[in-house]
Amino acid sequence: MSGIEVENLVKAWGEQRAVDGVSFQVPEGALTVLLGPSGCGKSTILRLIAGLEEATAGSTRIGGRDVGRTDAARRGVSMVFQSYALFPHLSVRENILFGLRVRRVAADERRRRLDRAAALVGLADLLERKPAQLSGGQRQRVALARAIVSEQPVCLMDEPLSNLDAKLRAEMRDEIRDLQRRLGLTMVYVTHDQTEAMTMADQVVLLRDGRVVQAGPPADLYERPATAFAARFIGMPPMNILRRDRLPPDLGGGAGGGWVGVRPEHVDLEGCGEGGGLAATVAAVDYLGAETVVRLHRNGETLMARREGRLRLDPGATVVAAWPRGRVHVFDDKGIRRDGRITAPPLPG
Amino acid sequence: MTRDAMRHVYGWLLLTPAAILLVAFTHYPTVATVLDSLYSKGSAIRPSRFVGLGQYAQLADDPIFWKVLANNAWFALGTIPASVALAIAMALLVNRALPGRALVRMAYFTPTILPMIAVANIWLFFYTPDIGLIDQVLSVFGLPGHNWLGDTATVLPAIIAMTIWKEAGFFMIFYLAALQNIPPELGEAARLEGASRWTYFRRVLFPLLMPTTLFVLINAVLNSFKLVDHLFVLTKGGPDNASNLLLYYIFESAFSYFDTNYAATLTVVLLALLAVLALAQFFALDRRIHYW
Repeated sequence: MSGIEVENLVKAWGEQRAVDGVSFQVPEGALTVLLGPSGCGKSTILRLIAGLEEATAGSTRIGGRDVGRTDAARRGVSMVFQSYALFPHLSVRENILFGLRVRRVAADERRRRLDRAAALVGLADLLERKPAQLSGGQRQRVALARAIVSEQPVCLMDEPLSNLDAKLRAEMRDEIRDLQRRLGLTMVYVTHDQTEAMTMADQVVLLRDGRVVQAGPPADLYERPATAFAARFIGMPPMNILRRDRLPPDLGGGAGGGWVGVRPEHVDLEGCGEGGGLAATVAAVDYLGAETVVRLHRNGETLMARREGRLRLDPGATVVAAWPRGRVHVFDDKGIRRDGRITAPPLPG
Repeated sequence: MTRDAMRHVYGWLLLTPAAILLVAFTHYPTVATVLDSLYSKGSAIRPSRFVGLGQYAQLADDPIFWKVLANNAWFALGTIPASVALAIAMALLVNRALPGRALVRMAYFTPTILPMIAVANIWLFFYTPDIGLIDQVLSVFGLPGHNWLGDTATVLPAIIAMTIWKEAGFFMIFYLAALQNIPPELGEAARLEGASRWTYFRRVLFPLLMPTTLFVLINAVLNSFKLVDHLFVLTKGGPDNASNLLLYYIFESAFSYFDTNYAATLTVVLLALLAVLALAQFFALDRRIHYW
C-alpha cells in the first residue's frame, strides 16, 4: 500500500504560489515523473510529499493514509537529492548505514541490507572510501544505496542525474528504472529533462507555473498534447506552432484564430503534390547523421522540419513544406487543445 | 652584472621590506629575550653578568610563578570549554531563520568589537561591592553584598565569567561561517532517515565543524595565556596574586620590579608553553579531523 494521492496541493511563500492547486495520483509500484521547466514547482511538490516542507493547503495521502501532519521520517519515503547529500566525513559504508543506525536496526540485519544494496548498485569494493574519493556516478550510486537500504516503499528522486555527463546519465537512467521495477518501488522522479521523462516514466505529470498542464503516459503527452506549451515542451526539436489563419485548409488552416501544431518529423519538404503547400526559405540545415533538421522561415514564423538521412539543401533556397492533414494538432487562442481528446489512440497492431 | 644576478638582486629587494619587519619585530626580539634570560639583573653598581640557567632555577623556586601558572591553568579550563560550547550553541541558534536574525547576530558579536578596557570597566561596575549591578540585583532578593573582586575565592571565577562573555561571541562568528558552508540537504537527508536534531548534531554537524573547532581551540588557548588588559582595570593581579596570570606577572616583573631579565625568563617559558600546547592540539586533533 504505497500509492500516492496528491489533492489540491498549494504551497505559498507570501503572495508567491510555488505550487498552485496540484492534484495527481501515483499508482503503487509505478514510476511517475514530474516534468517541467525550472521554477515550475516540481521540486517543491516532491519536498511536500517528503514532508520537508509544509503545505499551505491541500492533502497528500501515501498508501491511503493522510500524511499532512506526519513527520518526514514516518511517511515511509526515502529520497535521493540532486546534490546526493552524502555526509562527507563518513565512509560509503557509514553513509549507507546512517539511517539504519539511527533507527536502531539490529547489526546482522544491517549487514544483510548493506550487502544487498551494495551489490545491487555495484559498490561492494568501495565501501571504505570517503565521498570525496568517488566519481560523480559512484556518489550517485551511494545515494541510491542509501535509499534502497531504508526499504521504504516510496522513493523520491530530485533531479538525480543532472550532475552527470551524458553517457553516464543514459546508463543510470536504465539502472534506476531497472531497480525501481525489481524492488517494486513507488517512485516520484523530478526532472526537467524530457528524455528522462519519456524513457523512464509510466506516467508523466507536466507542470508549469505551479500547475499541472497534463498528466498521462509519455506517449499521450507526445501524441496528444493538451496545450501548446505541452506540445513545445516535449519533443526535440519542439513542435511547430503556426498561426491558423495564415495556413491553407489542407494544412489545418481555418478562420477564427488559434494555432496549428505539427511535429517536425511530419513536415515533408519534397511532396507538394497533394493540394500545394507552403513556400518557405531555408535558414539553416543541421545534418545529425541519421537525420537532418532544417529550419525554415516564412512570414516571420519559424518552421522546423526533420527528415531521415542527409538532405542536400542550401540556406537561402526556397522549398515547399507540407504535412498530412491528419497529423495536425489544433489549439485555440489560449493554447488549449481544441478537440479535447488528450488520450492517445491505441497503436495499430 | 649578468641578467641572472640582477634577478637575484630584484628578488632580495622585493623581500627586504617584509624581512625587515619580521626580523625587527619578531625574530630579533625572540632571540634577544632568550639571551636576556641567561643574564642576571643589572644595576648601576652591579653590571649584568652571564648566569646561564640561574634565572630558570630561581623561577623554579618562585612560589608566585607556580601560583600564577596554576591560576592560568584554571583560567584556561574555566574559559575555553565554556566559551566554545556557548559559541556553538549561539551559532546554531542564529543560523536558523528567526525574526531579527541580523540583530541577534550583532548582539552576540558586540562584546568582541568593544575595546577590552571598556569591557573591563563595564564589568568593574557589575562587580563593585554593594552598589554594583550584581549586588543590587542580589539585594532585591534580600541577599547580602559581596566583594567579588576583593575575595581570593571569587576573583578568578569573576574574571572567567567576563572572559567567556567576551570570547563566545567572537568564536560564534567562526562557527556561523562554518555552519553556512554545510549544505542544508545534509540535515534534510538525516531528517528523512529519522535522525533527531541531537543525533544530527553529534553524528554530522559536530564532526564537520571540527576544523573550525581546532582553529578556535588553538586561538582560545593562546588568548587565555595572553590576557592582560582586564587585569589592569579590574584587579592588578590581586588580591594576593589570586587573579594574577602569566602575562601580567611578566609585565609586573619587567615594569614594576624592573627585573627585565627575570621577565625575559618568564617570557621564554610562556613561549615554550604556548608552542607545546599548540603543537599538541594540532597533532592530537588533526588526525581525527575531516577537512572537506
